[in-house]
Amino acid sequence: MTAYEKVLAARDAKKLTTVDYISHMFGESFFELHGDRRYADDKAVIAGLAMLYDTPVTVIGLEKGRNTKERMERNFGQAHPEGYRKALRLMKQAEKFHRPVLCFVDTSGAYPGIGAEERGQGQAIAENIMEMMTLKTPILTVLIGEGGSGGALALAVADEVWMMENSVYSVISPEGCASILWKDSTKAPQAAEALKMTAQDLFDLGVVERIIRQPGADDTAMFESLKLLISRTLEKNLALSADELTEARYERFRKIGCPQENK
Amino acid sequence: MDLFSFKKPKNELESAPEEYQNTPFIPEEMWIKCPKCNTMILTTDMEENLHICTKCGHHFRMNAKQRIRTLADEDTFVEYDSDIESTHILDFPGYDKKLEKAREKGSKESVICGECKIGGVDTVMCVMDSGFMMGSMGTVTGEKITRAFEYATEKELPVIVCTVSGGARMQEGIMSLMQMAKTSGAVKRHSDAGQLYITVLTDPTTGGVTASFAMEGDIILAEPDTLVAFAGPRVIEQTIRQKLPKDFQTSEFVLQKGFVDAVVSRSKLKSTLEKLLRIHGYGGEVSAQ
Repeated sequence: MTAYEKVLAARDAKKLTTVDYISHMFGESFFELHGDRRYADDKAVIAGLAMLYDTPVTVIGLEKGRNTKERMERNFGQAHPEGYRKALRLMKQAEKFHRPVLCFVDTSGAYPGIGAEERGQGQAIAENIMEMMTLKTPILTVLIGEGGSGGALALAVADEVWMMENSVYSVISPEGCASILWKDSTKAPQAAEALKMTAQDLFDLGVVERIIRQPGADDTAMFESLKLLISRTLEKNLALSADELTEARYERFRKIGCPQENK
Repeated sequence: MDLFSFKKPKNELESAPEEYQNTPFIPEEMWIKCPKCNTMILTTDMEENLHICTKCGHHFRMNAKQRIRTLADEDTFVEYDSDIESTHILDFPGYDKKLEKAREKGSKESVICGECKIGGVDTVMCVMDSGFMMGSMGTVTGEKITRAFEYATEKELPVIVCTVSGGARMQEGIMSLMQMAKTSGAVKRHSDAGQLYITVLTDPTTGGVTASFAMEGDIILAEPDTLVAFAGPRVIEQTIRQKLPKDFQTSEFVLQKGFVDAVVSRSKLKSTLEKLLRIHGYGGEVSAQ
């Protein structure tokens, strides 16, 4: 597959969404929690409590919706500030109960609209990023489709970030990049290559720790093994002290793009 | 150019501090039209008036070096990390040429970081530069700001960041995005160490910079006539397919919406910063010059 084919696969309306991951991995144990306690409940972000085997976890994910009606309701997975604030509220709650946080990311980006700007989209994302950096409980993020810019990063300041084989993660959409740089959005395939946004690219750049293979035919087995991997990673990080955990998280990001002096 | 120097009219700028008057300046264009009041003003007058329209007070953009001159006490600014430069880390087509072209204009990166005194108070200051790829955030931008915060944390110094940015630097792809997390981590550590961080939002502050360190200050100031946005107006108009209200995303708008502490005129910026630094106990017994 070319990079752009991967972009299209990541956007495929028929692919699994956060709701699918939650229902396959947590089933009946999932209890959804709503609202940011400040303004509203943003349906682009689904969040709640669940049991990962015997461990309680806080689950937060960006949800695009699985059919037209759902997609309208979920605003196509494009969150408003209240969505990011709901996520942060529940991360703080997870910290209080020393419960690990599992995030699923699937969004073309934070919503660019009047209300979103009026309510401080930039501030909401900035606060999440800053607070997640020192959250004293393990955080693991899995990109399951599109990882669009700041709106994705607001749920991806984690101890480890994993990507599904056919997911992408980028600072801008290839169409946006092509139209800004080359004034021609049909050059999106070239932009997709240049941006290095596939799971393999990001793994090679050291930005993500793991790629999850998606065999396609048998989701059940994939979910079982993903669940096991998530559980092992969270258990490992739960054993760390708060200082060890946040120090490692800081270093994880600190070393990205650390150029050498030109002498 | 000497031909015109004698024509320079007298105005209230004559009372401006000496440091501004002594700045040698050879204008590319003698006159500039104010976009707000449409008055033609002498470029030299505008420059000497802190790049503010002498007629209506409109704030023109200024580059990082000019801004440092207006904020730091004379001859106190010591630049850090001036020797780290962007490389085309992703081999993005055309990026190396773009970097070359940007450097030809005189700046090495989209931010200048260093230490200086403001009204006699020691502070770390990072000033972004619209003249370098419209202040876009690349890995070196992020690295320099991160180092400045780490240094300030270690030396127990406050940080002032003047932001101006078109957003992330596309040519550095995901590495650019990651700088939002890297810088925010350093801001958080500085904050947890009890130190003061003031941001000064200048035109335009958008995208990944807004969604990270620009909005993370203990105190957030904005200059008048500043675009403060996460998504820029064009992106929003394309998404919602309608025209935006006239004052949408201006500094006055974000003040009203509760996202900045104060809109401060450039002529009062230095004294405001000094006051805020002193309220937080910095500069103890050092007397202001």
